[in-house]
Amino acid sequence: MNTYEKIEQDPDYQELVRRRSSLGWTLSAIMLIVYFGFILLVAYAPHLLGTPISAGVTTIGIPIGLLVIVSAFLLTGIYVSKANSKYDPLIRKIVGARR
Amino acid sequence: MFMGFVSLTLAITYWASKRTVSAADFYSAGGGISAGQNGLAIAGDYMSAASFLGISGLVYTSGYDGLIYSVGWLVGWPVVTFLIAEQLRNLGKFTFADVASFRLGQTRIRILAACGSLVTVAFYLIAQMVGAGKLIQLLFGLDYWMAVILVGGLMMIYVTFGGMKATTWVQIIKAVLLLFGATFMAGAVLYKFGFSPEALFAKATEVHPKKLAIMEPGSLISNPLSAISLGLALMFGTAGLPHILMRFFTVKDAQAARKSVFYATGFIGYFYILTFIIGFGAITLVSTDLAFLDAGILEKTKSGIAAIRGGSNMAAIHLADAVGGNLFLGFISAVAFATILAVVSGLALAGASSISHDIYAMVVKGGHANEQDEVRVSKIATLFLGVLAIVLGIIFENQNVAFMVGLAFAIAASCNFPMLVMSIFWKNLTTRGALIGGLLGLASAVVGVILSPAVWEVTLGFAKGSAPIKLDNPALFSMAIAFVSIWLISVLDRSARADTDRDGFDAQFVRSQTGIGAASATSH
Repeated sequence: MNTYEKIEQDPDYQELVRRRSSLGWTLSAIMLIVYFGFILLVAYAPHLLGTPISAGVTTIGIPIGLLVIVSAFLLTGIYVSKANSKYDPLIRKIVGARR
Repeated sequence: MFMGFVSLTLAITYWASKRTVSAADFYSAGGGISAGQNGLAIAGDYMSAASFLGISGLVYTSGYDGLIYSVGWLVGWPVVTFLIAEQLRNLGKFTFADVASFRLGQTRIRILAACGSLVTVAFYLIAQMVGAGKLIQLLFGLDYWMAVILVGGLMMIYVTFGGMKATTWVQIIKAVLLLFGATFMAGAVLYKFGFSPEALFAKATEVHPKKLAIMEPGSLISNPLSAISLGLALMFGTAGLPHILMRFFTVKDAQAARKSVFYATGFIGYFYILTFIIGFGAITLVSTDLAFLDAGILEKTKSGIAAIRGGSNMAAIHLADAVGGNLFLGFISAVAFATILAVVSGLALAGASSISHDIYAMVVKGGHANEQDEVRVSKIATLFLGVLAIVLGIIFENQNVAFMVGLAFAIAASCNFPMLVMSIFWKNLTTRGALIGGLLGLASAVVGVILSPAVWEVTLGFAKGSAPIKLDNPALFSMAIAFVSIWLISVLDRSARADTDRDGFDAQFVRSQTGIGAASATSH
């Protein structure tokens, strides 16, 4: 058996791949939905985004746009903190077991 | 201040040149950049003068539309973090072609990936050079051709002598200066309005000729399909820009690569929020001040927005004068100049690496190039690209080059990104599939841009409304063509090479996940 075939059998490795893929693809999907949701609003309901908040001139489009920006940062943060706390220890175990 | 910056960067280049010996030093700064530094450098590569002056100018003329662009430019970063950054660091050495060709037929895939890189870099570079020439002409009163030669010349010095180390440090310094300057400007604007965005927006809607319409999406998005197509190009193009992808090889390991994108996303998002405030600040403080307006145009149009001296791209520069006087104007002008230099240097380095590492070392020499020869070839390639950029910059002086950045993103999204993501994640990808699919993606992106309104009507001068394709950006169909043809051709591929390609996947996947066998930080 090759080294990589042995690693493929390692339960730690299987857990790493399962967790990382599901989180990575889920977060990518959320980002896609948030962003294209925003684009569809821009394309099909521009005036909805132009609705003023209370009596002022600030429209709801402003906080929504800012929210998309902030969500990109937060989603990245979620992934990085998960990876630092969960994936890195797993990777260290997998690599360490082969030294 | 301007001379100060140039001398500082030349000093850095001198320092870096003493420490740039091996190919790893030249391409990836020896892997010795920290996650925080790399985050700033990535942000620096992305916060070009075009995005600083262009987006604040767009907010100045159209208000909310500027925010739509900023959002699009940012949302590619999370995808890079989730799917690309770590895998790229674990599999590659110097360029993204290392990863795309990892288990596929080296020669063919390298050549295609190098073409994808070079074409993307070339269009991006032309757009930056023309913008740079015009900006420097306005800021410092130099002739256009002298400005272009100055930028191209300094770029060649940084890259040939200092390699990735100098390019990265120039980028970091510029990113810090730019973030500081933009923070100061946005802060000064908000201070004038008692830190109430509502008061700022109220004043802006009062003085802007479009009135309340600047608070909602406007004419920029002509039709829904076009909006979606542009969104795709911005989102996935980011994940295929060679000069950005290259930065993941300058850090120690996958963990640092991942953290650096997180920092970069934070810096870039913060910066775009600032440019939005700066654009609105310019509406209230620049378009109402006769000192910044062209009297002739004002007479004709009666609009302070249209009459801005030097065009809308100058909105942020004039605002610097309005809120900080001459000293701060000098500072922001120097920062804008630094931004141009840093971004073109990053682009030139990415282009040169493609030529020397992918084409010369891996294809011509079959992976057995002498390291010194390889570094020498990349320096010659840099000089060649520098001269080419200067010549093209001068040729395109009076052309409308706005479409070129969009084209660069479209190609990155339709050629580089599909090859990269499929080779990392899809076992059945074969050399033939990647080659033909990538080529079709590249070709359809180029054709789609030529037939779009921006080039067909504006640049080529055909009648308005006659453009064969109504999309401003071709990504919607060019990405689909690339992915579908990569899939279809790979599935149908029964060649012996295809078996080798598929057999290589499992080992590659283990390495991409764990980093076992990845190029190390010091030796590469």
